[in-house]
Amino acid sequence: MAEYGKRERDKPWIMRTYSGHSTATASNELYRTNLAKGQTGLSVAFDLPTQTGYDADDPLARGEVGKVGVPVSHIGDMRALFDGLPLDQMNTSMTINATAVWLLSLYIATAEDQGVDHHVLRGTTQNDIIKEYLSRGTHIFPPAASMRLITDLITYTVDEVPKWNPINICSYHLQEAGATPTQELAYALVTAIGVLDAVKATGRVPENEFGKVVGRMSFFVNAGIRFVEELCKMRAFVELWDRVTRERYGVTDAKQRRFRYGVQVNSLGLTEQQPENNVIRIVLEMLAVTLSKDARARAIQLPAWNEALGLPRPWDQQWSLRAQQILAYETDLLEYDDLFDGSPVVRAKTQQLVDSAWAEVQEVLKRGGAVEAVETGYIKQKLVESNAARLRAIEAGEQIVVGVNKYIEGAASPLTENLDDAILTVDPEVDASQRAALARWKETRDSAATDAALAEIERVARTDENLMAASIAAAHAGVTTGEWANALRQVWGEYRAPTGVAGATVKASRSGAAAETIGRLRKRLDALEERMGRRAKLLVGKPGLDGHSNGAEQIAIKARDVGFDVVYEGIRVSPEQIVASALEEGVHLIGLSILSGSHLALVPEVVQRLRDAGLGDIPVVAGGIIPEADADRLRAEGVAAVYTPKDFELDNIMSDLIDMVDRQHAAE
Amino acid sequence: MPPSDPNEDAQHVMSSDKAAVSRALNLVEDRRLESQARVAALLAALKDAPKAADGHRVGLTGPPGVGKSTLTSVLARSVRRRGLTVGVVAVDPSSIRSGGSLLGDRARMSFDPTDAGLFVRSLATAGEVGGLAYAVNSAVRVLAAAYDMVVIETTGVGQSEVDVVDVADTVVLVIQPGSGDVLQFLKAGIMEIPDILVVNKADQEELARRAVADLQGAIQTAQAVGAAGGQDADWQTPIVATSATQGTGIDALIAALEQHRKHIQSSLAARRRQGEVRWVLDLFSRKHGEHGVSTLGGPDRLEALAKRELDGGQTPLALCEQLSRGYVAALGKTP
Repeated sequence: MAEYGKRERDKPWIMRTYSGHSTATASNELYRTNLAKGQTGLSVAFDLPTQTGYDADDPLARGEVGKVGVPVSHIGDMRALFDGLPLDQMNTSMTINATAVWLLSLYIATAEDQGVDHHVLRGTTQNDIIKEYLSRGTHIFPPAASMRLITDLITYTVDEVPKWNPINICSYHLQEAGATPTQELAYALVTAIGVLDAVKATGRVPENEFGKVVGRMSFFVNAGIRFVEELCKMRAFVELWDRVTRERYGVTDAKQRRFRYGVQVNSLGLTEQQPENNVIRIVLEMLAVTLSKDARARAIQLPAWNEALGLPRPWDQQWSLRAQQILAYETDLLEYDDLFDGSPVVRAKTQQLVDSAWAEVQEVLKRGGAVEAVETGYIKQKLVESNAARLRAIEAGEQIVVGVNKYIEGAASPLTENLDDAILTVDPEVDASQRAALARWKETRDSAATDAALAEIERVARTDENLMAASIAAAHAGVTTGEWANALRQVWGEYRAPTGVAGATVKASRSGAAAETIGRLRKRLDALEERMGRRAKLLVGKPGLDGHSNGAEQIAIKARDVGFDVVYEGIRVSPEQIVASALEEGVHLIGLSILSGSHLALVPEVVQRLRDAGLGDIPVVAGGIIPEADADRLRAEGVAAVYTPKDFELDNIMSDLIDMVDRQHAAE
Repeated sequence: MPPSDPNEDAQHVMSSDKAAVSRALNLVEDRRLESQARVAALLAALKDAPKAADGHRVGLTGPPGVGKSTLTSVLARSVRRRGLTVGVVAVDPSSIRSGGSLLGDRARMSFDPTDAGLFVRSLATAGEVGGLAYAVNSAVRVLAAAYDMVVIETTGVGQSEVDVVDVADTVVLVIQPGSGDVLQFLKAGIMEIPDILVVNKADQEELARRAVADLQGAIQTAQAVGAAGGQDADWQTPIVATSATQGTGIDALIAALEQHRKHIQSSLAARRRQGEVRWVLDLFSRKHGEHGVSTLGGPDRLEALAKRELDGGQTPLALCEQLSRGYVAALGKTP
């Protein structure tokens, strides 16, 4: 008899690194090196203009080109990105949503140019635009139009690219926005239900083939530091998805009901203080999605230890890849069946999550489903509240974060001795060179062909035909990302999503030190109102294309709770808009939040425009992932204060803000 | 800074200079005693602004989440395309505990920051329980002097509607399909019938048709029981189906607004005066209660007094302060 538990090793999951920056050529080089290091799949990060449907020459793209990913404007860029990488052998994950139909079209067109039949392509388009309204903020169109794009891509690939994962329903970003495990489960499931219902409603998939669509649905999940609960969450996902696909969609083939998912572990909990500790967090979080054989991830990408400081370098990403390789190849994990089968503790915790998530699923369905709950702001408000509760617990010391609110003393880290070298900096010339390359592209292409292709996109968008064929034709014709998106903007318009902040309530302690601090801040603002005649008014702005609104939302809520009148503008506002709002609203103070790394371009521009408009005496503060050297430059340009993730004590920030308004009033 | 000349300030406001409009709004929000004379002087100087007389003050109200901000944004853009200028005042509640507020309407609006003919100001209710912001009445006067149309956007069904009636020429109630509460309020006569009813989010035709039919039924019931007859009997409240996100139904809404504006042309001055009287009495009785009203001679005398003072050129805000001082003085005299 064989030794207990011993059997053939399982195949490891696909190992990826989310990467891409500067230009298609530079990213291509990076992909080749990553594959040489033993990475088994590609994960393409696109820059924000590409994700939100702008070309590098658009004013809104200023400062964002090549920052958080690679710019891909047309088939020429896509060819360069995969130069020398045969697409019939790649498994490529693309983090792309509002423009997913377009980027997949470019990918297919590139494959066809390489002589590869598109039926054999493998990979994933994220294509979950619903969560963009809740967390990531790269949506362009109203929800109904977004749902149409999602279903066009799904119904196209089901026959044309049968091994493609047409959508990655994302609970990942919900956790990044503050979701509890129950909320993560529930909101991901209602999104999947909304998508499948919409696919069904297109009538394009015959009843007996619907199981094929269900079988191609995949998920993109997060794993946080409470790794036992997270492990149970993954088991709960498996159970709930089996239930939904069986009961709601009548799928009989167990294989098609399987919960298939990829993971990026939590970035929200990574700290700027003692950043080397993040490596340990990342490894523990990875355990949650690998230990259970019955609920193991299909693909994993890990963040880098220094993400809270700035953009990670290739070496930082390599360190995370090594963690995966050690777990998969050195340890004995893959030699055993499911470790927790029959464990009463894991069973009970899983059941609890299944029950609470199922109740919340029913609640959202009662409210009309995922799209309706996005449009009314119901889900967004729930997430904002959860995140506020999380931050409050950290600030109050109820939730321990090592190196942040406990065990703060320690020896200096040699890893961060030279901070400016411990992160990646993107060459500021990238912006200009990409614009020049784009101009050349536009000059040399056949403009009659692109005009015709764009007219066809617009025509199809007004019908209920699938947009994929017209988009692939447009890709071959040389159409650009901005042109494709603009054609659709003509038809559908743009959408500004609910912010969830106005109705969000935060449970505050009524006594103790925290309550006293809040009381003091409120009294100061009351007194200031007496002196100024009006309540202090704060404008919270998010310039640029970055949609990560956690920071801005939490500052807005906290400021309201200590007594500011807060004008919150939502994401993606231009410096011009911020200045216009400051003027029209008569604010005393402006707070800018930027997480995409484009602060050096955007913040000084706002400051300069304020001066030009005669509003130069309004203090401006900036928050985001801003390296110390950059913070110095911003302060030199006239920014009153710079806050980074290490400033987790919001009460101190509020106290600073009140000081600034007070000083400014005294000076007048 | 030396105090500026109110007449000069008013001239700048009337020429739609954004910086001047903003300063004027800051001033009318100023609650310090020492600022009241300046506020009164400014409002007096704006009283006969040509735009104010010809303009249109539209109140947009309804339950939370029906898409009022998005609708305001789309409406403003459409009105701008017709060559008219628009000022918006968006009112949100203040937190009772902190006194602060989250003014989030801008987040749902998309507008051209270089457009000189569109101005948006957010205001907090600043502790006025259930009511419109203290400064709204004055803010509307400032914006009305600078822009052709003023939109007052406010949340709620019930008390705040009554307030919107005080400052708007035309009250638009926005609901969405399936707003059962509003139907019940209307039928029961708890709520006044608005001048225009909008069913927003009417993306699906079938749903919208049913919602419009439900509302027609509710209005008929309300009229049958004779309750809440609205502001005037010869106006038949139109029901308009819109989709702010898709931009449909906006032309019909603008047509209904124009029609109502025409309908009230002859009674406009009296209507606005009546609104100011109500606003003053509302604000006063909220501050000083029954006792305040009876000390100054009861509701009828107070209303007559308010009308007289306003006809004589007093501004509502200054009048309210004057009444408060009268009440406090009277208190001192009573044993």
